[in-house]
This record gives sequence, structure tokens and C-alpha cells, in this order.
Amino acid sequence: MKIYVDNAATTKMSRAAVEAMLPYMSEIYGNPSSLHSDGQAAAEALYSARERIAAVLGCTAKEITFTSGGSESDTQAIITAAKLGESKGKKHIISTAFEHHAVLHTLEALEKQGFEITLLDIDEYGLITAEQVKNALREDTCLVTVMFANNEIGTIQPIGEIGAVCRAAGVLFHTDAVQAVGHLNINVIEQNIDILSLSAHKFHGPKGAGVLYARKGIALQNVIFGGAQERGKRAGTENIPAIMGMAKALEDSAANISANSEKLIKMRNRLINGLSEIPHSILNGDREKRLPGNVNFCFEGIEGESLLLLLDDKGIAASSGSACTSGALDPSHVLLALGRPHEIAHGSLRLSLSVENTDEEIEYIITAVKEVVEYLRSMSPVWRDLVSGKKEFVIK
Amino acid sequence: MALYSEKVMDHFRNPRNVGVIENADGIGEVGNAKCGDIMKIYLKIENDIIADVKFETFGCGSAIASSSMATEMIKGKPLSEALTLTNKAVAEALDGLPTHKLHCSVLAEEAIKSAIRDYYERNGIEYDHKLFPDCGSCGHCCGEQ
Ligand SMILES: Cc1ncc(COP(=O)(O)O)c(C=O)c1O
Repeated sequence: MKIYVDNAATTKMSRAAVEAMLPYMSEIYGNPSSLHSDGQAAAEALYSARERIAAVLGCTAKEITFTSGGSESDTQAIITAAKLGESKGKKHIISTAFEHHAVLHTLEALEKQGFEITLLDIDEYGLITAEQVKNALREDTCLVTVMFANNEIGTIQPIGEIGAVCRAAGVLFHTDAVQAVGHLNINVIEQNIDILSLSAHKFHGPKGAGVLYARKGIALQNVIFGGAQERGKRAGTENIPAIMGMAKALEDSAANISANSEKLIKMRNRLINGLSEIPHSILNGDREKRLPGNVNFCFEGIEGESLLLLLDDKGIAASSGSACTSGALDPSHVLLALGRPHEIAHGSLRLSLSVENTDEEIEYIITAVKEVVEYLRSMSPVWRDLVSGKKEFVIK
Repeated sequence: MALYSEKVMDHFRNPRNVGVIENADGIGEVGNAKCGDIMKIYLKIENDIIADVKFETFGCGSAIASSSMATEMIKGKPLSEALTLTNKAVAEALDGLPTHKLHCSVLAEEAIKSAIRDYYERNGIEYDHKLFPDCGSCGHCCGEQ
């Protein structure tokens, strides 16, 4: 049995997306900047992909910039807002403690250049409020950047409300929607989003392709310099095959959001209920306001890497926020921001589903996780101390 | 390339000497739950020989494998020999560990030394303090060397 439940890390490409890419590798392979008809055929494909992606997001084709993925889009979005702010003497940025490192590390770099960063705390359910953003706004705030949905605990932020607060204050609002696009309904106009990042490989498109949406009038700052591609804002010959795959994958996922989420939410809730039966376990993130396919738990008394390895032996591909899975010193900053102590955060498990998963797989996963957690606890000195009363349980 | 060698995976999947020794003659516990790994070693000593050894570990795959391998390497050995076990020897016996996991073999060495010291102290046996790390449950974290 092979069960892939690590779709927040990356997804399998859809057959349709693969098919959409193929002609652009061997038939229509011209450079869209070339004048000849081979080049112009590619340019036309690029134009159509831009229009189709814009239609899904609710913006115009001119507001779409193709990038190499989520990290690049996040970086360019933040650098752009920072430069625009700096030119007006505004050097304060508001974000959250649980953003992806693509955002946090860009903000850290700006901090070294004299920007002041306010990271809003999330509550115990992994949510922030528009009110928190409003209260943090200052005269010199040039950007608010809040992720649409969190990549680890799946919580969905009140993006429309935050967008409205920013719009009213005249402050640019960027959202890292990498985990949300293709899974949740998004409309940049209705949700008052000025800048948005997305990445194709999170919705069954290819890796290394993404989009930066920037509302008309926002002058993008280059991160990659060179030729005049992407209106001079992002140099480099366009990755046409990947862009075509991305456009197809996005259209398909967007068209199926309600059907897919209905199916996913059912499997997700069954998984949450099943894993909740494990004593001294806790769900990370709000139960309702979370991505349809996201499940994230902490199990007291065990460590996540050994859990993942044993699940892998049982054919289950999952992920954890344990430090030992990444080689980092600290466990996941998201779980720490949620208020989980280090020793609890080490024992985390993320299962991120796709519509390819089945009810049978969910039942198998529940049984397997229960077995592995019980086994690891049986050899854990931490668990022994908890059970014997020498230490107090953190998770009741 | 896989993260771990076959040896590591074998000792992780089928750990030797897991468990507890009731009325152990020496117990050593090192590591820190905050850092994601704790090792506890139980010794049964007869005539200065490690008659039995068991371990409990909270930690990653390499922590469990290191505990398992280290206990195998000292079982049935005289204390004087067990005290010469190095983290390097544990890592080598496992056909190597990834660099950021080498501290797991360090923990295994420290856990054994700490259990032997516990035995010496309980029995009022004089010992050479230089043979033991002076950090008790060393405060270092995952990945720190
Ligand atoms: C929320 C979030 N932002 C950004 C990224 C980075 O995207 P990419 O891998 O396309 O650079 C990811 C993916 O890991 C993500 O989950």
C-alpha cells in the first residue's frame, strides 16, 4: 500500500496538466520574444495562459507576472512594497509569526536594512483578526502581509476583512496564497487583495512555476534583472511548458473547488475524529477554519521523525514539524507560535490530503498512526514519566 | 541517497535491548525533551560486568538506533571496557550517521557513562572523574555539536 498524504509539501501533477505542457516542449518551443512565427505561437500561448489565470483570480491579464514559484513571488511582493514605502519614508511592515519562511526571511533581510517589522501573534486556534491588524497599523506602515492559509496547520485567515482594513487605511496588502489557491475561492477584487503569491505545484501543476498578482498601479520592483520579459519586471525566458501546465491545473482545480472540498472535508473530519481517540493528542489549528485537506496533530511523549519513518514503512508519506526532520535546532515556528511547548511540537504529524485519497486509506491511516504512536510511547522515557505521574501531562 | 544507512534503519526498526530493568544497579538519563531527544539507560552489573542493559529513548530514528547499537556494544562487557566506548565507535558501527545527527551517538555515549557513574556513586566506588562528561544531562540541542 502506498498512501501519499503530503500534499501541502507538493502534489502529483494532474494528467491534464502534464498533457497541457507536452506540446510546448517539442512542438511549440519558440521563444515568445522572437519575431518569427515559432516565437509568436509561443507568445500567443503565453498570452492565453495569462488571461485564463487572471480570469480565475478575478483580475486582468496585465496584473499577472509569471515567476519561478511561491518563494520568488513572496520575495518580490515584499521587496516591492518595501521600496515603495521607503520612497515615502514609510518603513514599518505588519505580518504574522507563522508565515512561511519565504516571507519571514525576506522580512528579516529588510529589518537589517532599517525596516521595523511587527509580527502579530496568532491565537490558540491559529488565527488572527482584522482587528489585530487595524490596531497595529501606523502612519509609517507600508505593507501588511498575511498568509491566506497556513501550510502546516491549514488555518484560513479572514483575508477579505484584513484587506478591507488595509484598503481603508491606504496600506498595501499582500497575501501568500500558496496553500489556498486551487483549494479555496479567491477573488482579488472582492477580498481587497493588492498583491498575491501563488505556486503551481500546490494544486497539481508543475514545480518551479508561480504567479505574482499585483493590482494595476503598483510598480513592481525587480528581483531578477535582465531582459524585458514580464513588462521588464521579471527577466528570463518564460518557462512556457510550466506556465501552460499551471494554467490548466489552476482552471481545473478552480472549477472543482466545491466538489473537491466537500469530499476532502469529509475525509479530513473522519481523520480528525479518528486520531482524536489517541489519548493525550491534540489537533493543531481551528477545527472548522482550516484547509479542506489539512490535518495536524501533536502526540505527547513521542518525537515526529521516528513517527514519520515508521509510517513510511507502512506506506504512508506524511510530514512533521519536528526539528529532527529538518536538521534545524528548533521545532516548527508555526507550532511554537501556536503556543505548543518545544517537547510537544517535536511530536507533530501533518497529513495533507488530496481528492485522490480514499475512505479506505483514511481508515488505514487511523489504525497505523494509533499503532505507531502506541509503540513509540512504549519505549519513551518521557511517556513513562508522564504515565507514572512523575511529570504532568501538557495535553490533557 | 537515503537519509540513513541500512544498519541505522535495522536498529531503528528492530531495536535491541528496549525496556526497563527493575532494580537496576545504575541508571543514566541524558538529553532534553525540549531538544527532541532523551535517552535512558538501565544497567545490571555483576562482578564489574554489564550483565544486562536496557534502554528507553524519546527521539528521532538515529537516536533510537544509536541507543540500540550502543547497548549491544557494551552488553556482557566489563565496565572498564564500556567506559571506553566512544560516540565515534557507535556512529561507525551504524555505518555512519548524517552530520546533523551525530549528536545522537554522543548522547548514547553520555547515557552509558552517566549510568556507570550512577552505579559507582550508589556503591561508593572511587572513580576517575575525568572519564565522565561533566555536563550531566548536557543542555545541548538537536544538531548542536
Ligand atoms: C505558504 C507557502 N508559501 C510559500 C511557499 C514556497 O513555494 P515554492 O515552493 O513554490 O517556492 C510554500 C511552499 O512550500 C508555502 O507553503
